[in-house]
Amino acid sequence: MLSIKNLHASVEGKEILKGINLEIKAGEVHAIMGPNGSGKSTLSQVLAGNEAFEVTEGEVTLNGENLLDLETEERAREGIFLAFQYPVEIPGVSNLQFLRTAVNAMRKHRGEEEMNAAEFMKLAKEVSKQVDLDPSFLKRGVNEGFSGGEKKRNEIMQALLLQPKLAILDETDSGLDIDALKVVSDGVNALRSEDRAILMVTHYQRLLNHIVPDYVHVLAGGKIIKSGGRELALELEEKGYGWLGIKDEETADSAAN
Amino acid sequence: MATTDKEVNELIKREYEHGFVTEIEADTFEPGLNEDVIARLSAIKKEPEWMLEWRLKAYRRWLEMDEPDWAHVGYPKIDYNSISYYSAPKRKEDMPQSLDEVDPELLKTYEKLGIPLHEREKLAGVAVDAVFDSVSVATTFKEPLAKAGVIFCSISEAVRDYPELVQKYLGTVVPHGDNFFAGLNSAVFSDGTFVYVPKGVRCPMELSTYFRINAANTGQFERTLIIADEGSYVSYLEGCTAPMRDENQLHAAVVELVALDDAQIKYSTVQNWYPGDEEGKGGIYNFVTKRGACIGKNSKISWTQVETGSAVTWKYPSCVLRGENSVGEFYSVALTHNYQQADTGTKMIHLGKNTRSTIISKGISAGKSSNAYRGLVKFGPGAEGARNFTQCDSLLIGDRCGAHTFPYIESKNKSAIVEHEATTSKVSDEQMFLCRQRGIDPEQAVSMIVNGFCKEVFKELPMEFAVEAGKLLEVSLEGSVG
Ligand SMILES: Nc1ncnc2c1ncn2[C@@H]1O[C@H](COP(=O)(O)OP(=O)(O)OP(=O)(O)O)[C@@H](O)[C@H]1O
Ligand SMILES: [Mg+2]
Repeated sequence: MLSIKNLHASVEGKEILKGINLEIKAGEVHAIMGPNGSGKSTLSQVLAGNEAFEVTEGEVTLNGENLLDLETEERAREGIFLAFQYPVEIPGVSNLQFLRTAVNAMRKHRGEEEMNAAEFMKLAKEVSKQVDLDPSFLKRGVNEGFSGGEKKRNEIMQALLLQPKLAILDETDSGLDIDALKVVSDGVNALRSEDRAILMVTHYQRLLNHIVPDYVHVLAGGKIIKSGGRELALELEEKGYGWLGIKDEETADSAAN
Repeated sequence: MATTDKEVNELIKREYEHGFVTEIEADTFEPGLNEDVIARLSAIKKEPEWMLEWRLKAYRRWLEMDEPDWAHVGYPKIDYNSISYYSAPKRKEDMPQSLDEVDPELLKTYEKLGIPLHEREKLAGVAVDAVFDSVSVATTFKEPLAKAGVIFCSISEAVRDYPELVQKYLGTVVPHGDNFFAGLNSAVFSDGTFVYVPKGVRCPMELSTYFRINAANTGQFERTLIIADEGSYVSYLEGCTAPMRDENQLHAAVVELVALDDAQIKYSTVQNWYPGDEEGKGGIYNFVTKRGACIGKNSKISWTQVETGSAVTWKYPSCVLRGENSVGEFYSVALTHNYQQADTGTKMIHLGKNTRSTIISKGISAGKSSNAYRGLVKFGPGAEGARNFTQCDSLLIGDRCGAHTFPYIESKNKSAIVEHEATTSKVSDEQMFLCRQRGIDPEQAVSMIVNGFCKEVFKELPMEFAVEAGKLLEVSLEGSVG
């Protein structure tokens, strides 16, 4: 489904991604771990098409199609979804209106009828229950005054509504209490399917108890330095990143996690 | 940054929807202004002698006044002798008595503007006074309104038919010498709307005036007077558009509202005069004086305005809160782009005890435009227990535009309370990225974000207009993104 070859990207002239190679097939769940500042969010943002980052080398294809040629919104309509590490607020725009606009943009792209307000309201209420968000959150401004955990659940709610082909989840587990972690994991597991792939960035192996990945990759210094199965995460938890030969500066913050 | 700037450059290349010209034969005065011109104008309108005297007095006063230069706007000097002060479509009869007698060409014009003048159509719950250049061409729903005792007619008719009301109130809220543009208007106003709602009557429908400038080289000087007698209520809306022309055109209106004891007036404006082109060529100079007097106790005047058009806007709908417990409100959205300039805001003059006022101003600037909020909150010595709340928010789109806030507070009463909040924000790259990541077009994203920013004001608009206003913002920000 997604194929990343020798991807280099920089921001403000500074190279962050230094040759990423990754193959993700439909139905798979990949976890990306790695020290703070290693480029995990950058990779997520680059895949989603954030223009703040410049791709300097390499290629990315989604189902054979050159992803890098597409605008952000086109990528989204092709099925790329990014759950943000730090979801931004849009004051005054109700979550409901925002979500309906998004869902209808996707539907329009697929040549389907737009959903009217009443139909959408019904659907949105169901999905909000699924992530344990009170329907009153639909009326509030997008992420406006949401707690950290509520923002994360709101992101998963959006993934459930938009039914993407590739869901990139950037630290969706950070800042969640134990119950919320369960709710979010259930949400992600509900997304799992034969024709969908999930790429999730996390610092915690405990998430992987809930969402069992097929592959685990370690991203450090802008490169994937190790890949393995589920057990790699356990090993990382035990030993930290040091044994992989990562330089000190790159592990400096990771202990804090 | 990259995304937003590029988008904004594209966004400001929007099309003005109402820029067409109606081909219609008109009687138009030669440009120029002197006492003869005013006398001719008065004669055409078959005005009584007192009205002409009133105009001449204003004219003489105006000659001694200076054009204001304190506003945060710049425009070339206006030559008041190069403007024509009267232009009206030719008509067979003196006055159209019914809609059937209105020139079909005019009906078509209003149809095209989305304001059908047939009483059964879309705006079935709204009575319209259609003002075309210098004259009112039709007023709908006159009869049902008359049954309720409401007078809704052009000001020219009111001068002839209700002289005692007009004489009693005209110029009491905005006197001749108030300011330069109000003085000019008093001398040469050619038409406008008159409303009188009698004691205890709740006006059964929304009243509205649709102003259209069509002729070239003419100015539009309309005068609106609304009187809400004791315990009455009226909601009034106005809309305005003009053709696209390379020359600037002057629109200098005066609106006076009078609310007696326990009366309420809700006045809404959606202003969409031609703003000029991308290079800042052409467009309307919108120099308007709007003021309401809450004379009676417990009276209330509420201004809501959505200002998206005009090359230069100079406008401060205000409330003089004289009556005890009277309330003044000002809700404003002002959007500027390209080279548009707006200096707008309000004045809340608290004179009576326990008077209250609320100001919510939302300024949106895009392109190279300049958007200023200017507001005065004043408490007289008698304004015991009075209070004001002001919230003034600016939203910047791109980084070549400017937003300015000039709040003035004068208090002669120690018990008066003012609360003031102000924010400036930008449509951020992160917000745009979030929207686009969810599949939303950049254009739609900007308009959604801007609409969200304006929500508090839009909810004050009557239903019909709230939708219109939302759409208008969308159109104003339209222009595909590369
Ligand atoms: N807009 C930007 N301007 C400058 N530097 C940036 C920008 N965005 C990211 N970086 C830098 O790129 C590097 C990688 O950041 P990134 O957010 O991808 O790390 P991460 O692996 O997601 O870290 P964390 O685990 O803390 O979330 C960091 O050094 C960061 O400071
Ligand atoms: Mg990160």
